[in-house]
Amino acid sequence: MNSKDIIEAVLFAVNKPISLKEISDIFLDEESLTVSQIQTDLSQIEQDYVNKPVELIQVASGYRFQVRAKYSPWIRRLWQEKPVKYSKALLETLAVIVYQQPVTRAEIEKVRGVSVSTSIIRTLEERSWVVACGYKEVPGRPMQYKTTKAFLNDLNLNNLAELPPLASLDEWLSI
Amino acid sequence: MASVEASNLPEYSRVATVGGEPYEKVPHDLYIPPDALEVFLESFEGPLDLLLYLIRHQNLSIIDIPVLKITQQYIEYITLMQHLKLELAAEYLVMAAMLAEIKSNVLLPREAKEQAAAEEDPRAELIRRLQEYEQFKLAADSIDQYPRIGRDNYQATVDAGIGDLQKTLPTLELSSLTEAFEEVLKRIGRDSHHMVKREKLSVRDRMASILKSLDDKPRVFSYFCNVHEGRQGVVVSFLAILELSKDGLIELVQIDTYTGIWLKAIVA
Repeated sequence: MNSKDIIEAVLFAVNKPISLKEISDIFLDEESLTVSQIQTDLSQIEQDYVNKPVELIQVASGYRFQVRAKYSPWIRRLWQEKPVKYSKALLETLAVIVYQQPVTRAEIEKVRGVSVSTSIIRTLEERSWVVACGYKEVPGRPMQYKTTKAFLNDLNLNNLAELPPLASLDEWLSI
Repeated sequence: MASVEASNLPEYSRVATVGGEPYEKVPHDLYIPPDALEVFLESFEGPLDLLLYLIRHQNLSIIDIPVLKITQQYIEYITLMQHLKLELAAEYLVMAAMLAEIKSNVLLPREAKEQAAAEEDPRAELIRRLQEYEQFKLAADSIDQYPRIGRDNYQATVDAGIGDLQKTLPTLELSSLTEAFEEVLKRIGRDSHHMVKREKLSVRDRMASILKSLDDKPRVFSYFCNVHEGRQGVVVSFLAILELSKDGLIELVQIDTYTGIWLKAIVA
């Protein structure tokens, strides 16, 4: 059996992003598959799916097969419930955490000019996009928050650097 | 193969669709119900957001805010919000105060010396905060636009055909459970700390009190055994009496077998 087919089968079966290391662990020592061979296989698989409704993409936690975004209007009809639409307040809070992490609640409030509700932080934590990551060594030792790998995975990102740098509207308009 | 197109016209350029005709602009004579204003006012994410809206709505630059005009409009809005009995967060009032302060700073005459020292535009801090907030507002939009799993993308999986991968759980014998429990109990015994407790009754104190009570007359042994002190009290008294007799401070006398033992102080 060729390794490419095995890897493709694994990618479909696993139901979460799978890292190069995890793929390599599937193979026994005597099957001696090098990491570079796995990478070659992966890019070959990616090529195979170029004209298909599913695609192989790489995100922070590894590789994943997913349905291309343009099919989402039809996929959504499968479910009664509409995907959650996040509030402006939640997205702004998330944006501050993304760009200024680690960040305390007070720091988020300073930027937004309003208090941050506990439910927003809780929703972000429940979605596993944000985690508490220790205390800031200032009076009161407030909790600090940062984004997670799951956040990157869910937004089809490999790392935070893939997000555009902060820009003000004036800069945008002048471009 | 049937070709199906999702209606993905940019939604923002269309105000409404009437009879299949997209309307690009709100008609002038359109009646806006009063509740709509409330919804509009509630949509602001705080004072910075409202201020930013006022500035952007008039195509003004943040850098060059006409403080008076913006302040007047801002106060108009929050008066309206109060009027509509919207719960007005304290932050809105703080911002109103800040705007008023900036305006008064601009108006106040300054001495030349002072002016050189505080050349900074009183609006600088507000401008900085507005710019910073706007950056994150834009960033929030762009984050929202990223294709997201569960909304735009869906993980593609196939049934691996192995059914649910149920882990086979190991069986447990009752005997091994009891053995484990015994083991734990033993360990608790080994790990228990030796607690040094303070004695409630001290022999030395008892010796003193016995000696004192023997000052006026001899007393019988049972006199020193208090019921409420329990076994410990009896032991302490007994030890104290033995100590006193060893030190030659008291004399123990028993008239006959099985009669009471009398304690008598030895007067030196």
